[in-house]
Parts: sequence; structure tokens; C-alpha cells
Amino acid sequence: MEEKNTVNTQHQAAIDELEKNQVILTPGQLVMRRFFRNKLAVIGVCILVFMILFCFIGPLFYPYSETELFYINEETGEQIRMYETEKLKTAILYTRAPMSAEHWLGTDDMGYDVLARLMYGGQISLMVGFVVVIVEMLIGVTLGGVAGYYGGKIDMIIMRLVEIFVSIPFIPLMLIISSLLISMKISPSVKIYYTMFIMGVIYWAGVARMIRGNILSLREMEYMQAAEAAGIRTSRKIFRHLVPNVMPLIIVMATMDLGGVILMESTMSYLGIGVSAPFASWGNMVSAVTNDAIMRNFLNIWVPPGLCILLTVLAFNFVGDGLRDAFDPRMKR
Amino acid sequence: MRQYIIRRILISLIVLLGVSIMLYTLIRLMPSDYVDMSTSSSINMTDEMRENIRALYGLDKGIVEGYIDWLGGIFRGDLGMSLMFRRPVVEVIGQYAPVTFTVAFIALVFQVLIAIPLGILAAKKQYSMTDYTIVTLVFIGISLPIFFFAAILKRIFGFYGLNLLPISGMLTARVNYDGFTFAKFLDYAKHLILPITCFVITGCGGLLRYTRTNMLEVLNADYIRTARAKGVPERTVIYSHAFRNTLIPIITIVGSTLPSLFSGAAITEGLFALEGLGNIALRASYMADVPYLMGFNMFIAVLTVAGFLISDILYAAADPRVRLS
Repeated sequence: MEEKNTVNTQHQAAIDELEKNQVILTPGQLVMRRFFRNKLAVIGVCILVFMILFCFIGPLFYPYSETELFYINEETGEQIRMYETEKLKTAILYTRAPMSAEHWLGTDDMGYDVLARLMYGGQISLMVGFVVVIVEMLIGVTLGGVAGYYGGKIDMIIMRLVEIFVSIPFIPLMLIISSLLISMKISPSVKIYYTMFIMGVIYWAGVARMIRGNILSLREMEYMQAAEAAGIRTSRKIFRHLVPNVMPLIIVMATMDLGGVILMESTMSYLGIGVSAPFASWGNMVSAVTNDAIMRNFLNIWVPPGLCILLTVLAFNFVGDGLRDAFDPRMKR
Repeated sequence: MRQYIIRRILISLIVLLGVSIMLYTLIRLMPSDYVDMSTSSSINMTDEMRENIRALYGLDKGIVEGYIDWLGGIFRGDLGMSLMFRRPVVEVIGQYAPVTFTVAFIALVFQVLIAIPLGILAAKKQYSMTDYTIVTLVFIGISLPIFFFAAILKRIFGFYGLNLLPISGMLTARVNYDGFTFAKFLDYAKHLILPITCFVITGCGGLLRYTRTNMLEVLNADYIRTARAKGVPERTVIYSHAFRNTLIPIITIVGSTLPSLFSGAAITEGLFALEGLGNIALRASYMADVPYLMGFNMFIAVLTVAGFLISDILYAAADPRVRLS
């Protein structure tokens, strides 16, 4: 009896051992593993982490602010800060300063420090990206989901709405809206939020269309028929069965769109209809290039913000693409 | 099928109606109208005179009334008079469209010529160094802000850099050409190199990736394996078996990029000072030239909607189930 028990425990211990060593990966872990195997995606994550640290943590360690003007005493060549009011009388604005220890990337046409504006401009660009994507996803996923799930008349109406929104050319539309906002005498700091919201409202159509297509094909799946047959509540069907299956698509689309929105915002700011002075945005920093002298001799003013846009958008695209491959192993790159 | 097409066309018309209502309302909501803009510098103008001009231009009417007038004009084939040019909108569009069309068309041809062969190459050599290089370059192209890329091109090739290419305008100033000679053509071509490069590099990424993904999908299909097993040469497998089957979705995509080329023209033409529809639309937006803005934006909207319509009808022709729903 005693002996048999030990054999049993030994046996049990062996099974435990086996189970302990056996690695069971959840689907989430599988996705993570596939994602981190993709070199481009990892590079993308690194760039994004760097950019976020640079834009949000960088200003804490950098002595100058976004809107601080720098002055210089022409005779002595002494640099004067804005608060040294006594010395300001004999000083002129320190514009287009070369790269130096005080100003790593020099100062721009107005006498602002380029590196400081690069950080604050990045905050704005990233924030615009996130807010617009959240707004467009909220509207797009809801309406696209409703259209795909219920079909019929509702689908018909929502899809026509989608077509209307997709058919309006974006840049002329934003020009018009921007002049509307200016006329309403909205201060530049609040205007940014209006612009974000409006962009989200315009961009939802593309999302809705994709989600609808996805829901339509999911509805035909066997497990949805099973759910139907089991007679579970509609809300449960949507939130337990449909939403988790649409999630990968939503995540991939949101990541890719983040890049697209940042690109769009920078284009708008370049044209002067997005984020406006005195606030910095990568797009309106590049617009200094329209001045021939700056284009030719002051690369330190317009090249860094352009590179920042390129790197950030590139990183979002790398990550989005990596996520898509990781979520969908059938469609390997 | 006929019934489906008719229904689809009717729906498209409703969509266009919706677009035009939204656009008209927004444009008319703009705070200062054309009369304010164009007379703001003359001191002698009284408000009374401004009102008279407004009445002359039809800007004194309310939004609803103005829209109905505009819509009525459409049915008579009349897009109204452009306020900036003092000429019919149709005429203005007719004058500036050739530039935009030429640039868009050449850019599209180059995009296709670059994207499709490279996409096939990348798919053929999946996971190779070539593949990774192409994919990375494509991503960079997609992520490039067009205004930044244009600035770099101008700096490198323009007057301040290598001084190889002109950076703005369509023709060299101070040069007169008699008639349309080869020299004039060459001058045009030189001016268009940079804008078209901009379009092609930033635009061909989407098409290339699409070709590559589709090609990969087809190359995994059973009939490709069969063809290879039967000993069909690899060239024939790729170009006649596989590529033919990716062609249909590619054509759909190429068709749908056309409207985006036109709306993208608003920025690129502005950057390179080309006298095209987009550049004028940009100016018209600042001047609140209602008839021209409506004409240009509706032109793009019609292109977009027509794109949807054609692809929907093609799908319906290919898949009978679509027609029923």
C-alpha cells in the first residue's frame, strides 16, 4: 500500500514536471512572438519609443521653451535671454543662429530655438495623430459595425454616407474649414483641438468601410451560425464573438492611420491651415523652406523636422505592417 | 444586370447630390466672400457698392437659394462664372486641365511601370535581400511628406544645388518659342521632371505592395504548383499564369488612384508653381471663388464616384450574387 502510494506520487511528480516544462502559449503570446521576429517592426518600435521619449521627456531636461525668443548683443556677441530686460535694450533678435553648444540646432527665422520647437512640435503631431485616430475609430467602428451587422436599409444609408465623405477632396475641404475656424476668432491653442476633431469626423468613412466588409464576412462564419442557433443575446454575440475577431483589423488600421494622420496634419500645417503660430508643429517648421535663403544655407532649420515626420510615419507603418503579419500567419509577407 | 446598373447609377447620383450640398454649404459659410477679398484694398468702396457687386455675382442670395440656382445651372450644363477669372468655369477648367491631366497621366504611367515589375520581383524573391530592400524603400516612399521631399529635390537639383533642373513654373521665363518646337517640348519636360518624381516616389508604394501581396497569394495557389510540376518554364509560370490572375485587382486599384492624383495636384502643383487645376483651386479657396471651387471639387467627386461605380459593376459582372443584395 505504502509502496504503491510512492509510485503514484512519483508518477504524479513526473507529470507535474512535464507540465511545468511544457510551454503553453496563448494566442496573444504567439502574436507577440511573431511580431518581435520581424526586424522592421522592431526597428519601428524603437523609433517610436525614442520619439515619444524625445518629445515628452526631452522638454523636462531642456532649458528652453517652445515660445522663448533669443536676443543677441550685436557688439559684444553676448546672447541674452528673454527675461534679462535690462540688457534687451541694446539687443536684437538672435535669428538663424548657427548650430552651437547653446543651440544644438540653432535658432529659426523668428529667434526660437529649433531643438525646443522640435520637441514641442512633436508633442503636437503625436497628439493630433492619437486623438484623430481615436475619434475616427469610435465613429467608424460603430457605424461600420452597425452597417455590417444589421444590413438592409441601415447599411444602405450608412454606406451612401461613407461614399459622400470619401468623395470630398480633403485638402480643399480643410482649407475651407480652416478659414471658417479663423473667422470664428478661435485662439490657435483651441483651434488645434477643433482641427483634430474635424479630421476625425472626415476620416471615419474609410474605417467604416473596412469594418463593414470584415463584419460581413465574419457573419457568414460557422461559429456565428452556431451562436445564432444557441440563441444568445445580440449584445453578447457582438461583444463576445464579433468584436474580438475584428480587433486585429482595428489595431492594424489604427496603427497605419496614425502615420497617415500625422502626414496629413504636417501637410496642413505646412500649408498654414493646421497648427498655427506661435505653436510649433513639424509641418509648420518645414514651411520655413519657402524662404530661398533658408532653403539654401540653413538646413538646420528645415531638415530636422522633415526627418522627424518621415521617421515617425515610417515607424508607424513598420509597426502596423508587422502587426498585420503577426495577427494573420496565413498571409505571411 | 441592367436593373442593377440602373439602380447603381441612381444611387451614385444621390451621393453626388449629397456631396454637392455639403460642399456648397461649407463654401458659402466661409466668413469673407469674394467681394470682401477683392475690394478690401480700395478705400473708395462703400458698403452699398459692395452689395451691388454681390447682387451682380449672385452672392446676395441665401445658401439654399444659391444652391438651387447652382444646381439648375448644372442641368443646363452651365457651371457658372468664375469670380477670379471673370470667365465661365467650364472654360477655366478647360484651359488649365491639360497641365493637370498630363502630369497625372505621366505620373500614373511611371507608377505602373515601376510598381508592377518591382512588385513581381519582390514576390518572386520573397525574404531575399532584394525583397527587403524593395519593401523598405516602398515604406519610405509612403512615409515621405511630399512638401519635404519636394524641398529636398529642389535643394539638390535646383539653382542652389547642382543647378540641373528648374524648380518652378512650366517654361523658362524670358525665352520665346515660335509655335510648338522640339526645344519647347524639352523645356516643358525639364520643368516637369521634379514634380513627376515627387508624384511617382510618394505614390507608387501602395500599388507596389498590392502587386506583391497579390502575387504572393497567387504563387501559393494550386494551379501554379500544377504548372510547375508539369515542367512549365518559370518565366511562363510567373508572367503568364500568375501575373494574369493578379491583373484584375491591379486594374481596379490603378483606376481608383486616378482621383487621388487630381486631388493631390492641389499640393504638388502649388509646391512647383505649375499652372494647373489644383494650384488654381488652392488660390480659389483663399479667394472664396464659389463657382470655381464647386466646379473643381465636384469634378474630383465625380471621378471618385465613377471609380466606385465602375468597380461595383465589374464585381457584379464577375459575381452574380452581388446583384441580388
